[in-house]
Amino acid sequence: MTLLTVENLTVAFPGRRGTVNAIEDVTLSVSPGEILGMVGESGAGKSMTGAAIIGLIEPPGGITQGEIRLEGDRIDNLRPEAMRRIRGRKIGAIFQDPLTSLNPVLTVGEQLIETIQTHLKLSKADARERAIDWLRRVGIPAPEARIDTYPHQYSGGMRQRVVIALALCAEPRLVIADEPTTALDVSVQAQIIALLRRLARETGVAVILVTHDMGVIAETADRVAVMYAGRIVEVGSVAEVLTAPKHPYTSGLMASIPRIGPRPDVLAQIEGAMPRPNARPEGCAFAPRCPHKMDICLQQRPKLEGSEEKSVACHLIEEVSV
Amino acid sequence: MLGFLIRRIIQSIFVMLTVALIAFMMFRFMGDPVNSLVAENATTEERDAVRERLGLDQPIWVQYGRFVARASTGDFGLSWRNARPVSTLLSERFPATAELVLVAAGLSLLIGIPLGILTALRPSSLSAQSLQLLSLIGISLPTFVTGILLILIFSVWLGWLPSFGRGTVIDIGWWSTGFLTVSGLKALILPSFMLCLFQLTLIMRLVRAEMMEVLRTDYIKFAKARGLTNRSINFRHALKNTLIPVITIFGLQLGGLIAFAIVTETVFQWPGMGALFIQAVSFGDVPVMAAYLVLVSLIFVIINTTVDLLYAVLDPRLRVDGTKSAH
Ligand SMILES: Nc1ncnc2c1ncn2[C@@H]1O[C@H](COP(=O)(O)OP(=O)(O)OP(=O)(O)O)[C@@H](O)[C@H]1O
Ligand SMILES: [Mg+2]
Repeated sequence: MTLLTVENLTVAFPGRRGTVNAIEDVTLSVSPGEILGMVGESGAGKSMTGAAIIGLIEPPGGITQGEIRLEGDRIDNLRPEAMRRIRGRKIGAIFQDPLTSLNPVLTVGEQLIETIQTHLKLSKADARERAIDWLRRVGIPAPEARIDTYPHQYSGGMRQRVVIALALCAEPRLVIADEPTTALDVSVQAQIIALLRRLARETGVAVILVTHDMGVIAETADRVAVMYAGRIVEVGSVAEVLTAPKHPYTSGLMASIPRIGPRPDVLAQIEGAMPRPNARPEGCAFAPRCPHKMDICLQQRPKLEGSEEKSVACHLIEEVSV
Repeated sequence: MLGFLIRRIIQSIFVMLTVALIAFMMFRFMGDPVNSLVAENATTEERDAVRERLGLDQPIWVQYGRFVARASTGDFGLSWRNARPVSTLLSERFPATAELVLVAAGLSLLIGIPLGILTALRPSSLSAQSLQLLSLIGISLPTFVTGILLILIFSVWLGWLPSFGRGTVIDIGWWSTGFLTVSGLKALILPSFMLCLFQLTLIMRLVRAEMMEVLRTDYIKFAKARGLTNRSINFRHALKNTLIPVITIFGLQLGGLIAFAIVTETVFQWPGMGALFIQAVSFGDVPVMAAYLVLVSLIFVIINTTVDLLYAVLDPRLRVDGTKSAH
């Protein structure tokens, strides 16, 4: 059974000039233990999809369409208190900036122990044991001593390890990691990704990994979803999507990665910019930048269609398959 | 921490020496004090005798040194008005001001912080909006106007509370307290409310602004994403971060309360140091004015140092405890 399914999800924000859809008609699923990569340029709606799943869309925004199911049960229409119990316990989150994700006036231990005790019926002493254990698992040296220190006494990479421990300490089934290494030194980025991958394998937690780094996707993810202008344009196994991209946008993304190899590609850039949510064209949002655009692309939005192995939202594909 | 403390104490000593210099200069600006000490028709010899007895024939820096030496033992000489020791006058008046300021400070925290939290957590609620409006009035209305309004309503029209004085006070050693009698407590209500109103609104607005700021931070978002309860997020995670800067401002305002007490004491004929100071000004009673200046400055300096120390205790980032960040 799939762990998480998101169907036709639309998140809208009321604005001065009518509502704008931050994401539109997003459909995706995550299986237990799977790592789903999520890519797309800034503003594509990756973070918003994560926020919707964990139930933390900031008012006045809200879900206007679609549903989210966790282990078969709907979680998009839960009361706030019920959703709170799911956060941390069933679905965890890791944010971009470890320097600002930890409360500066509470010790690392206080933050871990509180999170553990909120979700698991454990005594303070047991929770502390568990907290120390988690610090050890994420690679903090001398955790018995470090547990009583404050976040500012940790380096950036160490803080992100603490953040990971905090996200996983109540043993959620799914964790949404939103660009977990963007704010870190290049030298520690790989370590943090390796840690995430190892913990995912050890604990069986599924991960939605938002990143701009295609290399990380290639090494880490099982499947990948490509977002553009609030929609998923292509989703499928990493092997399929990365080696044989079907959507022109994905092809463009792939081509823009500098490669070291026998065939030094020219660094291809996709011309133009992604339309803002309030200025999306009527048809395919990528059409204005698309090298293969047809008449139909300007009139009709392509649907996300395909198989488990790979789905694409592009009129080109329909052309071919019809 | 110790180095910090020593540095602060040395700074404080410099501040106090400067204040003492200003206080000392006041005597000079008031003209030749000998004039007011001898008879109108005194001879030059008589004048010189007085001058010599008071040490006024010495070079100015020697006089300043003596002034500092005597001031540091609490000796400011005799009041020019009624020839009683200035230190006695001040210590008689000190409890009245201290109790007034203490109650006002307590009220401003006790009311200001909860109201600030309330308006921060529900910024668009009707009560929050009306509190914001009221606080704007509270912050912009001159305090003597609110004082007079309070007297008009609660003393003149309703007759519930006294409009002047401290009520019955009980002496405990040299301290006279109004806390132990009903009339003493009733007498405290209006003046302390008038005095605290400005700080109260300031603290409320400050707590509100700080808290709203803190609630937008990443660590609060992350706390929510971990499923912590709203109570813990608001009152453990957010409030602690909110109160750290509030404490600094409050400490600084505490000095302001003592200064503002002059107005309150005048409106309510409160027998405190502020009222004494106003009298001293109108009579040109320089020793009392100088002593008041030095004493209030000393209180300011002590409060500021305490606030800085407290800040270091509360904010772990400022604690210098030798533990360096590891990698
Ligand atoms: N509070 C808000 N009100 C209105 N629109 C919003 C709000 N927050 C986000 N959006 C819109 O939602 C869209 C998706 O934003 P989102 O943060 O999910 O992008 P992203 O893919 O995570 O980008 P990045 O790579 O920069 O993190 C953007 O177009 C943004 O303008
Ligand atoms: Mg984002």
